[in-house]
Amino acid sequence: MDTIFALATAQGRAGVAVIRISGPQSKAVAQKLCGSLPEARRATTRRLHDEDGLVLDHALVLVFDAPASFTGEDVVEFHLHGSIAVVAAVLRELGKSQARMAEPGEFTRRALENNKMDLAQVEGLGDLIEAETEAQRKQALRTVSGELGARIERWRSQLIRAASLIEVTIDFADEEVPVDVTPEVQDLLTCVTDDISDQLKGFAAAERIRTGFEVAIVGPPNAGKSTLLNALARRDAAITSATAGTTRDVIEVRMDLEGLPVTLLDTAGLREAVDDIEAEGISRAVARANASDLRIFLMEPDDTLEVDVQEGDVVRAPKADSRTDEALAVSGLTGQGVDTLVAEVTASLLDRSQNAGLATHERHRAAMTAALTTLKSVWSLIGAGPDRYDIAAEELRVAIRSLEAVVGRVDVENLLDEIFSSFCLGK
Amino acid sequence: MFHVKHFDVVVIGGGHAGTEAAHAAARMGVRTALVTMKQTDIGVMSCNPAIGGLGKGHLVREIDAMDGVMGRVADASGIQFRLLNRRKGPAVQGPRTQSDRAIYQQEMLQIMQNTANLELIEAEVTDFVMEGQRVAGVRLKDQSEVLAKAVILTTGTFLRGVIHIGDTSYSGGRMGDDASVSLADRIDGFGLPLGRLKTGTPPRLDGRTINWDILERQCADEDPSLFSFLSDKAPMPQVACGITHTNTQTHDIIQKNLERSAMYGGHIEGVGPRYCPSIEDKVVRFADKDSHQVFLEPEGLNDHTIYPNGISTSLPADVQVEYVQSMAGLEEARILQPGYAIEYDYVDPRALSADLSVMDVPGLFLAGQINGTTGYEEAAAQGLVAGLNAARMASGDEPLHFRRDQSYIGVMIDDLTTRGVTEPYRMFTSRAEFRLSLRADNADQRLTQLGRDIGCVSDERMASFSKKRDLLDRARGELEKTEFTPKQIASRGIRINQDGTKRTAFQLLAFPDVTSDQIFNLVPEATSFPEGILEQVGRDALYANYIARQQKDVEKLRKDEQLKIPSEFDYSAISGLSAELTNKLTQVRPGDLAQAARIDGMTPAALALVLGRIRFLQKKSA
Repeated sequence: MDTIFALATAQGRAGVAVIRISGPQSKAVAQKLCGSLPEARRATTRRLHDEDGLVLDHALVLVFDAPASFTGEDVVEFHLHGSIAVVAAVLRELGKSQARMAEPGEFTRRALENNKMDLAQVEGLGDLIEAETEAQRKQALRTVSGELGARIERWRSQLIRAASLIEVTIDFADEEVPVDVTPEVQDLLTCVTDDISDQLKGFAAAERIRTGFEVAIVGPPNAGKSTLLNALARRDAAITSATAGTTRDVIEVRMDLEGLPVTLLDTAGLREAVDDIEAEGISRAVARANASDLRIFLMEPDDTLEVDVQEGDVVRAPKADSRTDEALAVSGLTGQGVDTLVAEVTASLLDRSQNAGLATHERHRAAMTAALTTLKSVWSLIGAGPDRYDIAAEELRVAIRSLEAVVGRVDVENLLDEIFSSFCLGK
Repeated sequence: MFHVKHFDVVVIGGGHAGTEAAHAAARMGVRTALVTMKQTDIGVMSCNPAIGGLGKGHLVREIDAMDGVMGRVADASGIQFRLLNRRKGPAVQGPRTQSDRAIYQQEMLQIMQNTANLELIEAEVTDFVMEGQRVAGVRLKDQSEVLAKAVILTTGTFLRGVIHIGDTSYSGGRMGDDASVSLADRIDGFGLPLGRLKTGTPPRLDGRTINWDILERQCADEDPSLFSFLSDKAPMPQVACGITHTNTQTHDIIQKNLERSAMYGGHIEGVGPRYCPSIEDKVVRFADKDSHQVFLEPEGLNDHTIYPNGISTSLPADVQVEYVQSMAGLEEARILQPGYAIEYDYVDPRALSADLSVMDVPGLFLAGQINGTTGYEEAAAQGLVAGLNAARMASGDEPLHFRRDQSYIGVMIDDLTTRGVTEPYRMFTSRAEFRLSLRADNADQRLTQLGRDIGCVSDERMASFSKKRDLLDRARGELEKTEFTPKQIASRGIRINQDGTKRTAFQLLAFPDVTSDQIFNLVPEATSFPEGILEQVGRDALYANYIARQQKDVEKLRKDEQLKIPSEFDYSAISGLSAELTNKLTQVRPGDLAQAARIDGMTPAALALVLGRIRFLQKKSA
């Protein structure tokens, strides 16, 4: 088994840079640079030398003994001064040892290989590293701590119990075992299917937290949509002008609303198009607005638009700065009404994110949905009594396998490649 | 110079593995010798006088489909045929019979004596003849040699077998014999990984001292389900078993004498089977149950011996008398032979290839209980595999690989050679992930052609099977020819959803309430087929959807099986593979990626690493 090393923190200048070494030779490799190693898990400073005795840096050295480390192997970390030159010098020195540079995702792969994490946790770690907002961080951390894996393990053990009840009536038919195990099996199935259904209901919200909610600004031309977008984004993301139909394509701005990731969409004004380009822009606007999680309408009460107002959407009259009526309005230009608009959008999205489930990736949803469908078929087969137990057992086996795929027990070779290739070096 | 004989295959042992191995090799047309101490040892049932059961019945049908002997002999000697799980789906139904012990032996001996290419040698094997590292034959007690290209060892519990009755124990099998010690020493010298197991038997009772009148009876089926696809009736009269129960008094007696039991007195270290506990185990582990069922099985039509199934024991003989007589109907029962436990060494079957040859000892095959299995059927199925493959090796042919998706035999061989055993290995239907297609009823459809292709199936059997297969194909063709609308189907009195989906008569056969008369109404041509043929097509129909879905798994498995791993593959050269898995892989030496995937504790990530390494080596050598 190779010993590997890599920079675990971001490239470039920083306060601190961490280089991680993992594998059976990690201590020997580290010792060459820092002389003596401190005892495990005790942060200690050491001078790092090259082979000629030249000092490279004063570093904090941390040793983790296998298996109590991130990868499950012996691990040594050098916490260096975050200088590009220092990092380069230490990496160059390590390159002369018997260790080699880690490949992308290799530390995580070893953690998975040594059963330090399951597949869902690896995905959660990826999400955690990508997390930009508070809600994303909390959700990813929940996955990293293994909550989804633990839940699936519970379902799996309940289903294995159900399967064993069926199997005992089949394989020990000539012994003193119950002939009809239908009620107990059905109880177990109900318990699991109810729980999976609940989790699936929370999938949409969880996925939105992970990938971001889409909020579209919709309205007739020249209602001040682009101006509002720029005000919300606090920068000139969209071109604004007095000419109706200035915005053609959909413009996206990423924002953080009280910890929720939100992609704000500015769309073309909705009207009879005057040319082909505008017609295309409008059809895109309609499609994106309808697919969004929430819409902010800038319109007069008597306007009729191609996009319908849905429950949870926010409606405002445009250009509060130049109105004289009492209408609830907003102005991107002066900022009038923007705070209450943001508060209303945030409240609506927060409300939805309350129901976030443990399943956060489409892969989880697909596997859980497949398991649920199969379990429903098991339920009805079991209801037919012992003469269909053989088929019920087969269906149960399929359902268990679907669930196992979430935590990576089986059939995930292709998936692994995908997951690991999305990991950066050293994480 | 001592006498030397030459054969292609030599089989040591005339038990269930040995007879099946010798017969299989002889069927393949190679010169075969079966060496046994006494001809009267051939086909002996050392435990209960029954063949078949769940999973086990499947194995016997598969052996028969390859033209083996166990099914025919069981049919000829069967005195109580019962199809287990008759009220469940056909995939989990298992044929079983009580056999007349004496008739079973006679029949088996007669078949062995009358098999072409097979010579029976009554002698004691004292050692292997070695040619370097290779086993090249056997040496007999009279110092004569029997040379062969392949040797199959099927000696059951002979490696350090110890029999326990209470606190007395003595060497079992032939271990006390000096000559046999040298064979055991030779095997020790191979350095094969060994483990220790135990198994038990109940006391045998004198049927004339049992009060049958007060006992519940279990009768044979009216319409016996036979084992062999060539048999058409059970020649022996059918008898009933008696049923009695242990009671609180029985349990008190056992409880009181527990420390006198060999097992609980600390005399036994071997691991026993969980599914076949001794009566001591039952009383201790299921303390809340105050009664256990005991079947009183006759050992033969002209034999008073009764095998009380369910009370195997290692208690002293006097305690056995006391607890036996505490049961209803057995108050006056006389014990003919006390029960005992036997401990023995087995060879870790992970040291074997899928053809049951020993990886590190060329020329040597192992089959039966010596590989950590229990049961006549498991032994016979291994005998078949070893016999066929030894013959193929002798003829210079590639090994024959029984696949998991093809047979219970394949499931067992793969379980043994990939995962090893932790208790005596017994077949269960739940071990077969492709259970819905591996049915006892279609063993011939799965295996007879394969057997014919490799040359172990007789003309007679092939002719009979071809006729059946032709009828099955034609019947299915008729039933699949026309699609009917729900309306047409309903007009024949079949209850069906009016969902607009057209269905064939074959698909309708899978519906629970559809009768054959209703099918004949839809497809009048079907009436021309024999009833048995239509029943069999019906069984295929019942599982057709599920089998089609499983086909994807089968294809994936097949793909992984194509990825062969060279036997000298160096797992320690794979970077990123954990030490634990490296050890396991090095021990098992899987032949292909599919087998590697089934190793206990294997992870997808590790498998990807192995795959990557195979690809790398392929590229390098290309």
